[in-house]
Amino acid sequence: MTENTRLEATEMNMPAATILARSDLYHMPSTTVRTPDAEPRSAKVIARNVSVFYGPKQALFDVSIDIPEKSVTAFIGPSGCGKSTFLRCLNRMNDTIDGCRVSGQIALDGSDIFAPSLDVVELRARVGMVFQKPNPFPKSIYENVAYGPRIHGLARSKADLDEIVASSLQKASLWNEVKDRLHEPGTGLSGGQQQRLCIARAIAVSPEVILMDEPCSALDPIATARIEELIDELKQNFTIVIVTHSMQQAARVSQRTAFFHLGNLVEEGPTDLIFTSPGEKRTQDYITGRFG
Amino acid sequence: MTSDERLGLVRAGLAARHAREWRFRFYGILAILAALSFIAILFGMILSRGLPAFTQATLTLDVHFDAAVIKVGERPTRTGNQSHAEYAKAVSDWERKMTMVNWNRLIEAAVREAAPDTKANSREILSIVETNARFELRDMLVADPTLIGKTVQVSLLASANADNWLKGNIDRALPDAQQQLREPARALADQLKAEGKIRNAFAWHIFTNVDSRSAPASAGLAGAFVGSLYMMLVVIVLAVPIGVMSAVYLEEFAPKNRFTDLIEVNINNLAAVPSIVFGLLGAAVFINYFRLPLSAPLVGGLVLSLMTLPTIIIATRSALRAVPPSLRQAALGLGASKTQTVFHHVLPVTYPGMLTATIIGVAQALGETAPLLLIGMNAFVAQVPATPLDQSSALPVQIFLWQGNENRNFFEARTSAAIIVLLGLMLTLNAIAIFLRSRLEKRT
Repeated sequence: MTENTRLEATEMNMPAATILARSDLYHMPSTTVRTPDAEPRSAKVIARNVSVFYGPKQALFDVSIDIPEKSVTAFIGPSGCGKSTFLRCLNRMNDTIDGCRVSGQIALDGSDIFAPSLDVVELRARVGMVFQKPNPFPKSIYENVAYGPRIHGLARSKADLDEIVASSLQKASLWNEVKDRLHEPGTGLSGGQQQRLCIARAIAVSPEVILMDEPCSALDPIATARIEELIDELKQNFTIVIVTHSMQQAARVSQRTAFFHLGNLVEEGPTDLIFTSPGEKRTQDYITGRFG
Repeated sequence: MTSDERLGLVRAGLAARHAREWRFRFYGILAILAALSFIAILFGMILSRGLPAFTQATLTLDVHFDAAVIKVGERPTRTGNQSHAEYAKAVSDWERKMTMVNWNRLIEAAVREAAPDTKANSREILSIVETNARFELRDMLVADPTLIGKTVQVSLLASANADNWLKGNIDRALPDAQQQLREPARALADQLKAEGKIRNAFAWHIFTNVDSRSAPASAGLAGAFVGSLYMMLVVIVLAVPIGVMSAVYLEEFAPKNRFTDLIEVNINNLAAVPSIVFGLLGAAVFINYFRLPLSAPLVGGLVLSLMTLPTIIIATRSALRAVPPSLRQAALGLGASKTQTVFHHVLPVTYPGMLTATIIGVAQALGETAPLLLIGMNAFVAQVPATPLDQSSALPVQIFLWQGNENRNFFEARTSAAIIVLLGLMLTLNAIAIFLRSRLEKRT
C-alpha cells in the first residue's frame, strides 16, 4: 500500500458526526503514514496540525490524529519524542507550564478545546488524567476519590458521594483491598494500589476521556499487569489514551498505536498492523529495537 | 596490564583515599565541636552570671507599727452630710499624710532591734535597705489599718549595694573610699546575714515589678515583658497574614515576568536591610507623619512587622516551592481551579513550613533592639502598658538599658537575668512551634 492510498482511506472514513463547521480541521498533512481501522469507530478527539513550543524551541510539529471513542490508543516513541507533550495538550495541562505555547486545533466531540468560551476546568472534568508517578493526595483514600466529585458538585448527598467513591474504587478494582480502610491515608498504599487509586480518583469525575502518561513506569510487573487488565475493562466506558515506553504494553492494551519521533507523528494505525507490518522504516526500526 | 597490576594500582591509592576521607570527617567533627563549645561558653556565661540575680538579699525584720510615729489617724469614713468631693479630698489628704509618715524610723528601729550593738548610724542602717521599703510598710498599713501598735514580721529587699556586698560582687579588699557601703553598714550587713536575718530569697519582683532607678534592687521586667508581648501580637496580626498572602500570591499565582522578578529581588534586598534603617523609617513615617505616640508598642510592632515581612515571605515561598509539582498536577488534572488547588492541597501540606517561617520571623522581631531605639522605646518607663498605645519598653531594650546602668556590679547580673528571661521566652515560642509542627505533620 502506498502512502497516498492510506491517506485517502482515512479521509473517507472520517465519521460524519465529528465533522466540524470549520473546514481547516479537515486538512490532514501528508507526512504521516495512516492506516484506518477495518471497522472504523467514531472519533472522540480530533487533532489537526498541533504544534507545541517551549519558549523558542518547537517540541511538536503539526500533529494530526483522530482518537476513536471507547478504545485504547497508545502513543509510543523514544524519550523526548513529544508523545507526553501531545497527551498533555488534550486536557490543556500544558497551560500550567510557563512559556509553553500550543498552535493548531483539537476538538473534543466536535467542539474546539481552545475556544475562549470553553472553561479549562470543565475540559479537565471531561478529560481526566493519570500521571507517570502515582500522586495520591496526602489525605484518606475516601477523600482522594471524593475530591473530584465534591469540587464539581456531582454528589447531591453524603450517600451519593459514598456511592460514587465505592463504584469508582470498584471500577478501578481496588475496592476489595481498601474497603475496610477507606479513612486511612492514600499514601500508605503500595505503588500499584496508589496508581489504581489515582485511576479511581480520575474515574470518580466520570470523564469521557482518560489520559494516562506512562502509568506503569514506576510499578513492578505484577502491579503493571493489574493496571493493564484494568485499562482493558475501562475501555468499555471510556476513551483511553496511554503513553508508554513499553512496546509490549502498547501491543497488549491498545487498539490503535501512534508512533512519535523527534516531535513528529510518524505513523498511526491499528496496533496489530503497526507491530506486524509498519508502513514506515523508522517505525520498523523502533519496534524492532534498532533505536530508542 | 594484568589484573594483579591493576589491583596493585588501586591498592596504592587506597591509603591516601581513606586518609582524605578520615581527614574530612575529622574537620567536620572539629567544626561541630567548636560551634558547640561556643554555645556552651555563651550559655555558661549567661547562666552563671544571671542565675544569682534571681535570688536577692532580703531582710526579715520585726517591724513595730509605732502609733507614736504614725500619727495619721484612721482612714476617713464618709459622714452623712459630706459631699462626694469633700469625701474624696479627705481620703486624698489622709493618703498624703500616710506617705509623709517617717516610715524609715520604723525600719531603723526594727534593724536596731535585730542588731542592738551595731555602730551604724541611721543613714548607714537605711543604706542596706532598699529605698522603696518604706512604701511597702505604708501599703501594708493602708491595706490593714489594725496593724497600728502591733509588731509584724516583714520581708524587705536589701539595697542593691548590700546585695553586691553580700554576694561578693564587690571586692571586699577595696579601701573604704571605693566601697559602695560605709564600714559600719558593711559590718551590719554581715552580722544580719550571719544571724540569718538577711537571706537570699527568690526575687519574684523581677517578673512582677516595673523598671526602677531610685530602687534598683526592686527593678523588674514586667513593663518590658508586656511591651514585648504587645509588639509580638502586632507582628502576628500584621506581618504574618500579609507575608503569607504575598508569598502565596507570588509563588502560585503571579505571572513570571520582569515586574515580578523585580519584586522578588527587592524582597530579598529588604531582608538584608540593616534593622536600624527600619527604625529610621518608622520614626519618619509612623511618628513624624502619622503622629503615632513615641515609645508605643504599636509603633514598635509596626516597625518590626516591616522588618519581619521579607523573612516570612522568603521562608513561606521556599516552603511552597518544596511542595512536589505532582500534587498540583493531580489537583489540576481533576479539574480543580488554581485557587482550589492552592487552598485544598498546597497550603495544607505547607502549614508546618509556614508555621516555622512565622516563628522564625516573630522570634527575630522579638529579639530586635536597634529599630526600637529610634522610636523612643529606650525611654525609662516605670509602668506596665495597659494598651499598645501606652509608653513601654521591650525586653531587648531593657537588656540594653540595664547593661548601661551605672551600678555596674549589680546590673551585670540583672542584665544576664533579663537575657535568660528573653531566651526563655524564645525557647518557649520555638517549643510551641515544634509541638504544633509535629502535630500538623502527623495529621497530613
